[in-house]
Amino acid sequence: MKKIATLLGAVLLAGTAFTASVRAADELTITSWGGAYQESQRKAFFEPFIAAGNKITEAEYNGEIAKIRAMVEAGAVSWDVVDVDTQTALAGCAEGTFETIDWAKLGLDRSKFIGGDVTDCAVPNILYSTVAAYDTSKTAAPASLFEALFDTTKFPGKRALQKSPFVNMEWALMADGVAPADVYKVLGTDEGVERALKKLDTIKKDVVWWESGAQGPQLLADGQVVFATSWNGRFYNAIKTDKKPFQIIWDYQAPDWDWWAIPKGTPKLDGAYRFITYASDPQRMADQTKWISYGPANKDSAPLIDPAILPDLPSAPDNLKTVFYPDPQFWGDKGDELRERFNAWLAQ
Amino acid sequence: MAMAQALPSDGVMRAADGTPLKVALARAERRERLKALGLVLPLFAFIVLSFLVPIFVMLYNAVYDPDVAENLPTTVVALQQWDGKDLPSEEVFAAFAADMKKAQESKMVALIGKRLNYEISGIRSKVIATGRKVGAIEAGPYKDAVIAIDKIWGEPETWATIKRSSSSYTPFYLLAMLDMRQGVDGSIEQVPADRAVYIDILKRTLGISLLVTFCTLILGYPVAYMLATTPQKTASILMIFVLLPFWTSLLVRTTAWMILMQDGGVFAQFMNVTGITWVMNLLGVMDGPPELFKTRFATVVAMTHIQLPFTLLPIYSVMKTISPTYMRAAKSLGGTPFYSFIRVYMPQTLPGVAAGCLLTFILCLGYYITPALVGGPTDQMVSGYIASAINTENNWGKASALGVILLIATLILYYVYNKLVGIDRMKLG
Repeated sequence: MKKIATLLGAVLLAGTAFTASVRAADELTITSWGGAYQESQRKAFFEPFIAAGNKITEAEYNGEIAKIRAMVEAGAVSWDVVDVDTQTALAGCAEGTFETIDWAKLGLDRSKFIGGDVTDCAVPNILYSTVAAYDTSKTAAPASLFEALFDTTKFPGKRALQKSPFVNMEWALMADGVAPADVYKVLGTDEGVERALKKLDTIKKDVVWWESGAQGPQLLADGQVVFATSWNGRFYNAIKTDKKPFQIIWDYQAPDWDWWAIPKGTPKLDGAYRFITYASDPQRMADQTKWISYGPANKDSAPLIDPAILPDLPSAPDNLKTVFYPDPQFWGDKGDELRERFNAWLAQ
Repeated sequence: MAMAQALPSDGVMRAADGTPLKVALARAERRERLKALGLVLPLFAFIVLSFLVPIFVMLYNAVYDPDVAENLPTTVVALQQWDGKDLPSEEVFAAFAADMKKAQESKMVALIGKRLNYEISGIRSKVIATGRKVGAIEAGPYKDAVIAIDKIWGEPETWATIKRSSSSYTPFYLLAMLDMRQGVDGSIEQVPADRAVYIDILKRTLGISLLVTFCTLILGYPVAYMLATTPQKTASILMIFVLLPFWTSLLVRTTAWMILMQDGGVFAQFMNVTGITWVMNLLGVMDGPPELFKTRFATVVAMTHIQLPFTLLPIYSVMKTISPTYMRAAKSLGGTPFYSFIRVYMPQTLPGVAAGCLLTFILCLGYYITPALVGGPTDQMVSGYIASAINTENNWGKASALGVILLIATLILYYVYNKLVGIDRMKLG
């Protein structure tokens, strides 16, 4: 019964299960985060892969693990390769949502990948960072990230934050005086969660919550907010391509990986492997930096990157003066609980 | 005498081929019925598959909950003996350890954790950690060993929750959507105030729907009257203005409202230029420039715009059928125009008003995309939470329970409406 229901839902939700049945058998469905990021993947990986005689259908999502779980549980997997963040890779690995990666089958050297040993179920792809930014033509430079996000007297106006507890709760705790090293010890307790939410309460009426990565820069460009958070590549794209006078606040940037993962039970397992091998090529990964400022996870790519982009990568020394590394294991384990609590808080 | 001669000897009327007339008639009628049924059958099958089955599945999923019972099978059996006061016996812990080992192998631990976490916040990660470590327990006594992994297993509340989940059917989701839960002893209690959100969401959904229905009626009624009373040529041109937005996609119109309602956008500029902002600031309703984007105001305005034709068109078509002679008669009997309108004209339009309002109200209850795009977090309606239960929480029980609550609320309102107005009086034209 549950299975039928889940199946029904998966069909309705993904909306792709039906098309999957009429799609060519050798056509891969690759799902990523849309916007400028997917555009960079399209140019660096998808288009050359198609030119080499393969077929790809692209899909987009906002990182909801629930969508992948629903497909896997229903046995109707229509996404063959998914770009996931680290907490999703870890959570999905623990509960059997993703295939365990056979590195020999990929033909890749696992030790060549930064973070390659973090999970058995995904291949590291890029290093990105969650950051805030402002429009220099409208807003004066804030002294720190926390002033930008939480000081509504000095910087009146709205802030665009991701509709997710990830990074927001950590920043709230640090702004409330918790030492970066103690953040997860505090956030692991009920009192700590309440404390973070209480801090977020102080700006709740000033927040516009975004769900897809393109919204942050868009809200900033429209002048709807004084500060917006997003992933650094999205702001880079707005600055370079759309010539927006944005400035990224690197203070307490929160770096993380993106990964290629394969939902368990895909009928196109071999094709999925072939694509990941193709997209992990050092030169192609270095090429991706032409379109977005994310660091390739393949160490062999480093010498091939255009030096002009190096200062815009999250790993540039100037950008790393203060940095906060989120704990993906913590989020892999506790993400569901915190998301539920966060959503209840939002609804109040 | 003539009659008796026309009847055959056995007294039965026969058709040309000799079968009794009654039988032949029944046969012909049955054929007709089958033909009619054949025409209806595709629609009937479609409704069953696309409407009745999903609703049944939804109702069922709201109470069906096998995750714990299926994955901790021996534990829930052993727990039946437990009195619920102190900690369960060693036997229960042994069964639990065995079940968890199996669940760890089949990767079902996360599912158990996810389900228990709905009731005990924060237990998911502890269940997963226990699943990882339980393999190390080789032999008894299991009780201390399990509690040593995490002290949550030393809480009677944990076991009471597992015991409650031993049946595959649960009132949990439905209760939770009414901000209630079962206590340790099985009694029904309120959830803590900081978690109680769903009654508010339901009230909000009904409130916004009522307000939008009211706004469409106030705006739509005079327009419908004008359309019904102006000469046909002018009316058909004016009708285009009503229908054109009606034919435009809901998503497009909502997106347009996003742009119009932006801070510093067209709507805000209009308020500044016309002095509305100044008056509002003077009255203390607003502080500073208008902030309309992601507010309740923007949600209601956008929804009213989208729903307007749904209320207007049934009223219009009923008005078209009202003969102008009634009004003339009322006036000739000495009624003032106002009095005649209120006492003679308006009561005749009621069936259309009823139809339009019910249509708009019920459509409003299910609104999802408009509040999501132009409303803030506190303007989201039940459908928005159903979507997030499915998309981000993977919680089918919750999504189904919310759907059931919405369905019941709609049916109750329909019933009340029927008692007050009478559904047989409703007219769509």
